[in-house]
Amino acid sequence: MQDKIIQKARELLSGGDVKVVIGYGRGTGDRVHAVFVQKPEDAGALVMDARCLQNLAVYLPKQEVKALGKPAIVARPPVMRAIRQLMYEEQFREGDIVVIGVSDDGQVLDFPDLKSMIEYIDKLPLTLSPEEAAAVAKLDAMTREERWKFWMEETSACIKCYACRASCPMCYCPRCTVECNQPQWISVPAHEMGNLEWHIMRAMHLAGRCVNCGDCYRNCPLKIPLNLLTQRIIADIGDNFGQESEYVLAAFKPEDKEDFIR
Amino acid sequence: MTEKKTIKKSSLDGLFRALKSGGKRVLAPVEGNGRTIFREVDSYNGVAAGYIQTTLSAKDALLPRCEEMLRFRTEQSTVTMEQGPAAPAPTVVFGMRPCDAKSLAVLNAVYLKDYNDELYRARADATTVIAISCTSCDEYCFCTSVGGSPGDTTGSDILLTEIDGDAYLAEILTGKGEALVAMAPDLFAAAGGAKTKPLADVKVQFDLKELEKKLPGSFEGPVWITQSLRCIGCGTCSYVCPACTCFDVQDETDANRGMRLRCWDSCGLGIFTLHTSGHNPRDVQSQRWRQRIMHKFSYQPDQLSVVGCVGCGRCSRACPVDMNILQHIKDIVEAR
Amino acid sequence: MEEKNVYQPYLMRIAAAIQETPDVKTFRLEFINEEDRKNFNFRAGQFGEYSVFGEGESTFCIASSPTREGYIECTFRKMGRVTKALASREVGDTLGFRGPYGNTFPIDQWKGKSLLFVTGGIALPPLRCVIWNALDTRENFKDITIVYGARSVQDLVYKHELEEWEKRGDVKLITTVDPGGETPEWKGQVGFVPTVLEKAAPSSADTIALLCGPPIMIKLTMPILTKLGFSAENIFTTLENRMKCGIGKCGRCNVGKYFVCKDGPVFTFAQVNQLPPEY
Repeated sequence: MQDKIIQKARELLSGGDVKVVIGYGRGTGDRVHAVFVQKPEDAGALVMDARCLQNLAVYLPKQEVKALGKPAIVARPPVMRAIRQLMYEEQFREGDIVVIGVSDDGQVLDFPDLKSMIEYIDKLPLTLSPEEAAAVAKLDAMTREERWKFWMEETSACIKCYACRASCPMCYCPRCTVECNQPQWISVPAHEMGNLEWHIMRAMHLAGRCVNCGDCYRNCPLKIPLNLLTQRIIADIGDNFGQESEYVLAAFKPEDKEDFIR
Repeated sequence: MTEKKTIKKSSLDGLFRALKSGGKRVLAPVEGNGRTIFREVDSYNGVAAGYIQTTLSAKDALLPRCEEMLRFRTEQSTVTMEQGPAAPAPTVVFGMRPCDAKSLAVLNAVYLKDYNDELYRARADATTVIAISCTSCDEYCFCTSVGGSPGDTTGSDILLTEIDGDAYLAEILTGKGEALVAMAPDLFAAAGGAKTKPLADVKVQFDLKELEKKLPGSFEGPVWITQSLRCIGCGTCSYVCPACTCFDVQDETDANRGMRLRCWDSCGLGIFTLHTSGHNPRDVQSQRWRQRIMHKFSYQPDQLSVVGCVGCGRCSRACPVDMNILQHIKDIVEAR
Repeated sequence: MEEKNVYQPYLMRIAAAIQETPDVKTFRLEFINEEDRKNFNFRAGQFGEYSVFGEGESTFCIASSPTREGYIECTFRKMGRVTKALASREVGDTLGFRGPYGNTFPIDQWKGKSLLFVTGGIALPPLRCVIWNALDTRENFKDITIVYGARSVQDLVYKHELEEWEKRGDVKLITTVDPGGETPEWKGQVGFVPTVLEKAAPSSADTIALLCGPPIMIKLTMPILTKLGFSAENIFTTLENRMKCGIGKCGRCNVGKYFVCKDGPVFTFAQVNQLPPEY
């Protein structure tokens, strides 16, 4: 699989249209990290294995990465979902990115265009794994007071480093709500209320957009299980609007529930 | 000068209780939910042991992530200042690593130079540090490359080092340390010939002087862009750093009363330097990454005679994208 | 002994307010506490942190001269959260002030020299402090020349004082507005500051130049000053960067090894040329 990715990257970079391949490479110790391969002869640095979890779509809107030219990106399904969502939100158009797909069972996928990537990922509806569903169910089974205590304890550990935001491909706003201060919507300090406001706001902004890549949780230095918030929303959306693949915030149907309007 | 005593590990609970009943707030590392952080404890039971490094440093005790600076009340158009923050509680921080204790020198240099920051000074004065030497380290540790060591006493009031027989050698380094011992004198015994266990072997990985010499000339170099291309621009490195001191100021109000709060801030965040006009002197991540390294290894040594890094390795461990500071520094030193 | 909290502002009362332009305002602030007034002193070039309690602090220079005792003045444009709140305050309201902070213009070393002020738009306030300081001690200086420009007539600040300086026989004032910014009644020049300065061609002999303005104006004016014979050591400016504390602790105005708040805000261009371009 890794060899195929390397070969594909080499071809793309030799072709001249693609200027940079965003993929994973050897990091320090036993870590891997994002690499930006710009020459065909450097493609051998690319790595693909179970450690390659970071959602690389986060780099697509980054100024300095854009400056490198047209990117190809190594994409597992969560990355593909992120690209699809970014296209829904008109951040990218057909032809802007080349996707080197990697399926969940380790196949390297050839996508001639983004349309074919979307067709592929459309067939894989976003659902929670049994473990994830169980974690959400466990929270649901708590009493309101227990749940409040759980979240207060977790969010009180937050230091507002914004690693959750920075690592999320969907958090690409040049000026985040928490940075808008006229009025100051979200309290900036990392006190109890400020933290709670921040995480609720962020989860709500990700409703129907989160691709469940897990980076917010994995990258939190305090290991606050932030993905439980968005996973719960994913479950809710599934229950209320079905598992269809369209962009739930932009799709309106006559049979949509309206019982929240009172 | 330093007085040496021993204390059995089994006596630590007694020490904690004595400190507590003597009016001290005791902070110690507690492990749980995937993090090891300093929390207020009543007893030694449940205090983490065997950690190489805590997830967050004990900086929170001296420079809280969110701290009241002043209080005010507004009545129509007039403002009156209200009684400011209460005096900080006398606090003992137990279980800092020597690198963290050494970071207090950086905090002191920033907060007590020129303008004396009374908020910080009050906390520093009220804090006593019981550090524990390191008998183990990991690939991220590099204290010895920045002038420290696993048994460095800088910044500690008492330094504990493991000895045989499930006990610690206690080096009583300051008057504050002596005062703590005096709160539970029976728990400490004469050191005699107690032999300490071998400390962690932290290899020197780069020449600090070479780095300091090299940095001023490398401001315009390509290394900053190359290294930071994968940086996603969060503040994790600054917030887990025991020696990062930059802050933001935020006013918060509730009806006619309000507070001015000091909050941790990070040069890694774009908004840090953003002017109201929209102009940003450090507009891209490579400039922010350069600032982080320059500030710690060039500007601070130059202006404050301290290195703004103690080699604790937290930023590298916590970085979501493996911005390993040790590797990056080595690459800078070796770059031609 | 309990020391003073360095972040505790003086309480100030707005004694007078002038709407300079549609979005620029000047406040005269007086100390509410008489002790504070008596102990306070500052020097030309210094700045402070102005508070609207509940909104935050904002950084601007002290725009009045240290020769005018008992009050300070500040001039600001309505831009962000704090300045918008400031702009809504009225005479009699309470504000906070911390300062004075930063270094100063070395006016004492300029005795017997001529002064040339070159400035644009909202950058006049930091120089206005020096201008009044020099005018109030007029005997210490030779020629005083002011070249001041704004986008339009409406955008000129301190209009009443410009008139006053115009009338004085001991100041040479050249005002200009950008082409298209003039009104039918406008008697000053029309053109950009660098061009107007070049035409006026003030002598650089034994003269200190003070240059404050938007980056583009600075960029285009520097070559003119050089052509006129000014050395970088004899051209002074004040830098701005985002600040929170004003006293070298919060870390954000860092430019190279300097803090604009503590080591500045006054720099010569010889110094500015040595700084990394992070301001």
